[in-house]
Amino acid sequence: MCLGIPGEIVEMLPDRADLALVEVAGVRRPISVGLLGPDGVGPGDWVLVHVGFAMSKIDEAEAAATLQLLEGLGQAYADELDALAASDIT
Amino acid sequence: MRFVDEYRDADKARALSGQIAALCEPGRHYKFMEVCGGHTHTIYKHGLEDHLPETVELVHGPGCPVCVIPMGRVDDAIAIAREPDVILTSFGDMLRVPGGTGSFLEAKAEGADIRMVYSPLDALKIARENPGRRVVFMAIGFETTAPSTAVTVLRAASEGVSNFSVFCNHVTIIPAIKAILDSPDLRLDGFLGPGHVSTVIGCRPYEFIPSEYGKPLVCAGFEPLDLLQSVHMLLRQFAEGRCEVENQYTRVVPWDGNARALEAIARTMELRPHFEWRGLGFISHSALALREEFAAHDAEKVFDVPGVRVADPKACQCGEVLKGVIKPWECKVFGTACTPETPIGTCMVSSEGACAAYYNYGRFSRAALAESTMREGTRA
Repeated sequence: MCLGIPGEIVEMLPDRADLALVEVAGVRRPISVGLLGPDGVGPGDWVLVHVGFAMSKIDEAEAAATLQLLEGLGQAYADELDALAASDIT
Repeated sequence: MRFVDEYRDADKARALSGQIAALCEPGRHYKFMEVCGGHTHTIYKHGLEDHLPETVELVHGPGCPVCVIPMGRVDDAIAIAREPDVILTSFGDMLRVPGGTGSFLEAKAEGADIRMVYSPLDALKIARENPGRRVVFMAIGFETTAPSTAVTVLRAASEGVSNFSVFCNHVTIIPAIKAILDSPDLRLDGFLGPGHVSTVIGCRPYEFIPSEYGKPLVCAGFEPLDLLQSVHMLLRQFAEGRCEVENQYTRVVPWDGNARALEAIARTMELRPHFEWRGLGFISHSALALREEFAAHDAEKVFDVPGVRVADPKACQCGEVLKGVIKPWECKVFGTACTPETPIGTCMVSSEGACAAYYNYGRFSRAALAESTMREGTRA
């Protein structure tokens, strides 16, 4: 739960200004980008996702390293990804 | 550090290890607390203690949100779940946390409608889709998680989702660190500050630690080299006669935190006078409750919450583990009666707990124990 998972923003949801579609390890889910400010983020940006919210913008190298670290956690990361895949916040 | 390979560069790690050893004052012992469960994981997964001189000891702090939930709050949540028409939602980590009368998993097996969610916004959606039910979100976590609950409450209020409420168990990191600094049974030389909480609160709230307690803090990332570099930064402060807050995790943590997230928390929540932490007892102004304005979405106002206090089980020493007074394997039930499959204490339940980290990475053998006892002997 306290894991921050890096995700890449693939699309801003047209009818919901505060939501974006992110892709994490092949899973695409909507998340809230409301905590990142009006200039916020756009497609191609990487963000640290925590319980359905983008917490901070990160660069791609940071994202890659963090993903590798999380994969090393094994079950805890698998559980977090399953929870994300089951999530529907729209 | 900018590139992926650099985070785990073995040569760099060796060079840092050498520099760390060179900075240690001969005959001096350094005890640093890593506040965050994510750090504990990295340290054990990568065997970082083997890269540190014996005179540098890392101890684990109270930074795992699941680990600090007292049993009484679990029982309260189960009591709410057993009310008619209720759907109780929470993060998956809460499933196996033992209360005084059982866990969510056991209550679910007995018929309570308890559902795991990834985000509080998922819980709000369940409320929208089930207008005839009362949907409660059991909110846990430090400032990393509190903004998400805050935004969800604001959304529920603005949309008028009247069947949605939050059982608020959010805690704040600063009073916990202060309680540890005030604790008479622990001597610490400095802190590795939590990376993710700090994305929200920034580094500024830690400044009282050097100024009032004379201990340095370095806000640290989660890569092995982040942690080695942070230890190096702490030791360099000692060597140069400085004592301050420094930010090693600048690529993610802004010095002033996330203003929008802090605003959302302040808008919806206020400090409770007291809150009980598992193993640490009551700590003043250490937890958040919803503001009166949001009473309609506050489960503690909507339901008759029993609020029974349950003493932690005697055999379990989570409190001492959370304060860094003992190592997990020094607990009487570690690895025998208490395992990740049959946890007695919360530190073994959550994957972020110190006990689970030790157990999962095999740091509980007699050899490890013997080696550590020898180290203690050498120190004494």
